[in-house]
Amino acid sequence: MSRAEIFNRIRTGLKVGADDSARRAAVEARLNARARNLIPQRAQLPAEELVQLFLNMAREAAAEVIEIERREQLAAAVEHYLQAQGVGQLVSSDEELIVALQWSHDNGIVHERRPARAGDEASLTGSFAGIAETGTLLLYSGAERPTTLNFLPDTHIVALRASTIVGPYEDAWQQLRQATGGQMPRTVNLITGPSRSADIEQRLQMGAHGPRNLVIVLMHDE
Amino acid sequence: MARLPEFDALRDQARDLKNHILEHLDLYLEVFERNVTANGGTVHWCRTAEDARRTILEICQQKEAKTVTKGKSMVSEEIALNDYLEANGVRPVETDLGEYILQLRHDHPSHIVAPAIHLTLEDVSEAFHQAHQRPKTSDPAALMREAREMLRKQFVAADVGITGANFLIAETGSTIICTNEGNGDLTQTLPKTHIVVSSIEKVVPTLEDMTLFLRLLARSATGQEFTVYNTLSSGPRRPGDQDGPEDYHVVLVDNGRSDMIASEMREMLRCIRCSACMNHCPVYGAVGGHSYGWVYPGPMGSVLTPQMVGLDKAGLLPNASTFCGKCEEVCPVRIPLPKLMRHWREREFEQHLSPASVRGGLGVWAFFAKRPALYRLLTASGSRVLRLLGGKRGRLAKLPLAGGWTDHRDLPTPSGTTFMQQWQAQQKREHRS
Amino acid sequence: MPEDRSRPVVGLFVTCLADMFRPEVAFASVKLLELAGFSVEVPRSQTCCGQPAFNSGDRADSAAIARQTIAAFDGYAAVVGPSGSCIGMLHHYPELFSEEDPWYARAQELKSRAFEITDFLSRHLELDKLQSRFQGKVTYHDSCSGLRELGIKQQPRELLAQLPGVELCEMEEAETCCGFGGTFCVKYPDISNRMVGNKVGNIRNSGAQTLLGGDLGCLLNMAGKLKREGVTIEARHVVEVLADMADIPAIAEAARN
Ligand code: SF4
Repeated sequence: MSRAEIFNRIRTGLKVGADDSARRAAVEARLNARARNLIPQRAQLPAEELVQLFLNMAREAAAEVIEIERREQLAAAVEHYLQAQGVGQLVSSDEELIVALQWSHDNGIVHERRPARAGDEASLTGSFAGIAETGTLLLYSGAERPTTLNFLPDTHIVALRASTIVGPYEDAWQQLRQATGGQMPRTVNLITGPSRSADIEQRLQMGAHGPRNLVIVLMHDE
Repeated sequence: MARLPEFDALRDQARDLKNHILEHLDLYLEVFERNVTANGGTVHWCRTAEDARRTILEICQQKEAKTVTKGKSMVSEEIALNDYLEANGVRPVETDLGEYILQLRHDHPSHIVAPAIHLTLEDVSEAFHQAHQRPKTSDPAALMREAREMLRKQFVAADVGITGANFLIAETGSTIICTNEGNGDLTQTLPKTHIVVSSIEKVVPTLEDMTLFLRLLARSATGQEFTVYNTLSSGPRRPGDQDGPEDYHVVLVDNGRSDMIASEMREMLRCIRCSACMNHCPVYGAVGGHSYGWVYPGPMGSVLTPQMVGLDKAGLLPNASTFCGKCEEVCPVRIPLPKLMRHWREREFEQHLSPASVRGGLGVWAFFAKRPALYRLLTASGSRVLRLLGGKRGRLAKLPLAGGWTDHRDLPTPSGTTFMQQWQAQQKREHRS
Repeated sequence: MPEDRSRPVVGLFVTCLADMFRPEVAFASVKLLELAGFSVEVPRSQTCCGQPAFNSGDRADSAAIARQTIAAFDGYAAVVGPSGSCIGMLHHYPELFSEEDPWYARAQELKSRAFEITDFLSRHLELDKLQSRFQGKVTYHDSCSGLRELGIKQQPRELLAQLPGVELCEMEEAETCCGFGGTFCVKYPDISNRMVGNKVGNIRNSGAQTLLGGDLGCLLNMAGKLKREGVTIEARHVVEVLADMADIPAIAEAARN
């Protein structure tokens, strides 16, 4: 009932006539073109400068960034961070990059691969892209990538390949469409810094409901 | 906006894009619905607030839900969802920190982005102390930890999660929420059922088009470069997924919006609920959000509320503006808010809804203003009377009928003869000489 | 003054408030326009710009007043007034007519010739001609309509910068509404009072001794509040200073003997 009524009202309001082909064509064209709107100049830097812009913007958004030269250093960098913070537990995704990690096992850190639960201290996931314009990470869900890892633990550690850093969001959409064959994943997360709220007397506090710490491990060789 | 020199150009594009969307609203909604369905979700169409409340309750009842968690949603405030669920045996738990505080205090939002902006630290501290039965603290960080801990249990226990949506993307059949806390993500990921409640004008064609609005939204709302969590949802759990909701519903609310398409109020449908207009409004700043009497405060509320609750009830709102124009200056989609408020005043005038004193006074004034010679007489005598009242002090502290002015400030008085009188006398003198 | 036909003729839009409350503002405007090389006439058939009707939703009366104003100022090289608000209203006139209505084109044409005084002077006055004995620290309130409808911001400041005795001390939130808003201030006195209260706080903190502005409505409002709070800062229309007429009593001041 409601549906027909709503559409009728809209069409009457728009004075849509019997021949609707021009409007349909316009909509079709816009959806197919996926044209980009204006993209800020600052997101259109040469590739070398994009990494630096990403780092600056991510840090400004209060993310911690650890830079490593090679992928082989990832496990050690993560363990080092966890030990320094006194964190004894890590839950991880089933992504290839993460599964392949060689943990040292002599530091007492408990490793598990599963979705997150309330009470988890830290999580480790990969990421699909970094967006330099605002220091934003793009992650998406899938069988190996439970979404809860991005939100429930106190600390979220994200491995990011330098080669996946793009300038504007639009580049990331394009790559996402390619990677997923045009089928939108169930959940796409754009994450810019750790959780925060200013709802108590407008004073900014970090760590509202999502992670208090967002740690990006940037792998320069990848 | 020094860091985004393109801001104004983005605003122009956003305005034009919204106009294009509204011209093709039915078609984009059709595409959106088709793609949500293809993703395995269900779209529900609701003409009225009542339809929407009932639809949501029915989904909750089907799932035998006892507790629902809620992300911040102004549409759910608009349809007064919480009271309705509560009355029907379903307990809603607000999870946005501001909304949570309000719920504990049985209070209502006074701002569309920072709902608890009217409360002090002490208010929050007291509300938590009462509700959580913990020792009282006035440390904001400790209060936030307390809320985090309390709400964790609710997130996990909830049967249904309800969020709003900032935009609906036709191309992909996705909805997006933009939050800084991450509460919306926990709300929609942990329970078995995710209900998105949104309104029909929020549809955008493509991800690229959504991006244009995202660039404007955070900057206009909180001054951030980007909101912390922008999350796109496209249907329920996929095969192999280890988490995420099993059911995904989008409840699309009209509630008067389709009527705005044909009226002068169409431009208001461009609104992306960023709150810039109220953040910069000196009237909002002076009176606060609750004075607006309904869900939407500030200039956008002064335009929307008469549409949604009736001009006879909300006619004061579009009148309570100096037309200073600051709202229009900051609006990211360039809504001419003063012009729309003026349209309401015109409607009110046509329908004889404005108070008799206003119409009466205006009528007398307009009669003279249309008759220059009489007007001269009127202004000359007015000037003389005020001059006599003011005497040598040059100002009045009390003036009958102008209490609105003189209660708070002195009324500077005129010098006694009008410029027109003096000018004519001078011209005559010069003519003679 | 003998009519000097070699000079372009400007029609002065007096504005109700200048007419009734402060004729000196209109005289100062005439003086400045003559200094800029124009001869000035004051059409007798002008009344109010119609803004009170327009903002009260009374389109019929607004349109009637608009037609009268358009006719009154036919043929002048320009229409100039000492108020961004009233001149801004003249710029709204085309909205009152449908595009087919012959008055629409006339309204557009009037709009193209209608200027707020400081805007007009900054376009036409050779700046070094300005001379004023005024000495002191001033602060400038940007009235809303002038600022947002006509883009008046730098013009009065440029003109004031020519006067060696003037030191401009900008206040915080110079662009925030003072709470006048025409009938708003009597319809919503409490809100208006809070707004003008904030404004007065900013004026005091600026360190200026004189408040200047381009709209008498706002100036009457702020001057009234300054007086009520016992603040000794004077309020004047900017043209009084520019025309070297600041020896008359300030707004809301008693006549000097
Ligand atoms: S009217 Fe404009 S400024 Fe106000 S909330 Fe809507 S989009 Fe933002």
